[in-house]
Amino acid sequence: MSIVLFRVDERLIHGQVVVGWVERLHVDRIIVVDDEIAASEWEKELYCLGVPPEADAMFVTVATARQDFASWMEQSRRLVVLVRSVETLSRLAEGGLLNGQTVNLGGIHHAPGRERFLPYLFLSDDELKELERLVAAGVTIAARDLPGSRSVPLGSLRP
Amino acid sequence: MNAFVSRCAARQNTWKRIMSENIRGLIVAHSSLAAGMTEAVRQIAGLEDDVLQPLSNEGKGPAGLISAVTEAVGDAPVVIFTDLSSGSCAFAARKIAIDRPQTGIVCGVNLPVLLDFVFHRDLPLPELVDRLVDKGRVGICGTCAEEDSRVDRALSG
Repeated sequence: MSIVLFRVDERLIHGQVVVGWVERLHVDRIIVVDDEIAASEWEKELYCLGVPPEADAMFVTVATARQDFASWMEQSRRLVVLVRSVETLSRLAEGGLLNGQTVNLGGIHHAPGRERFLPYLFLSDDELKELERLVAAGVTIAARDLPGSRSVPLGSLRP
Repeated sequence: MNAFVSRCAARQNTWKRIMSENIRGLIVAHSSLAAGMTEAVRQIAGLEDDVLQPLSNEGKGPAGLISAVTEAVGDAPVVIFTDLSSGSCAFAARKIAIDRPQTGIVCGVNLPVLLDFVFHRDLPLPELVDRLVDKGRVGICGTCAEEDSRVDRALSG
């Protein structure tokens, strides 16, 4: 097992991810896929302050992630891959790259145009449709904020 | 009003003026922790209204939390206290501090830290932050008596 968690979470490296997931899953490396952060030294520094001592962190662009994704799957390290938006997830998944993978929806918070589906999950209509398209293409997507919480498949989010 | 009362009143007004110009505190934490800590400090030490303010990250995304913290700190010198050093609260505080002068950050806040803050807000900000970090560390201690020693004491008592 190389990627032990693939998560969409607006806050990226934060308490719930570090304490709830990274420590419990004995993660060796956190990979943040985000064009903006990958290009910003000070933002990388800020996020690194939240990385626990047992793990390290990498910040890569979507293009680099697409190029390296296959090698991540073969690593002996235990990886967490984080993106902060459905839009980034969608770009990463282009061409079926994530088909067969399981994606965890963590915190996506309230914003104009978004509807509440779970206490920690707000999605716009476009975001939900894009996630449904990915599921139809072969990606497994479910919401779960913490390892001990109930997993909610994307298909059951709509009332 | 006699001279003594008058002097005391003047002194009190001066004290209030100085205190109001002192560093303010903002606790940013998960769930209702900040509100609970603020209330605990109020009960133990008493508080003027603007000395310490609680803010929860609940329901706030990164942008929403940064916006709420920015609004709460205003323009005054401030120490932002956060619960975890690796959490979204600390991240928001650090991001704001990059462009905001007179901003101290203390992560891993506990009650001894907050009580010390209330009584030393007149210190220069860097000195205050160093002091608070030390107080926080000293404020944590622990004991774990071995079961055997308790048994021994019980028998000898």
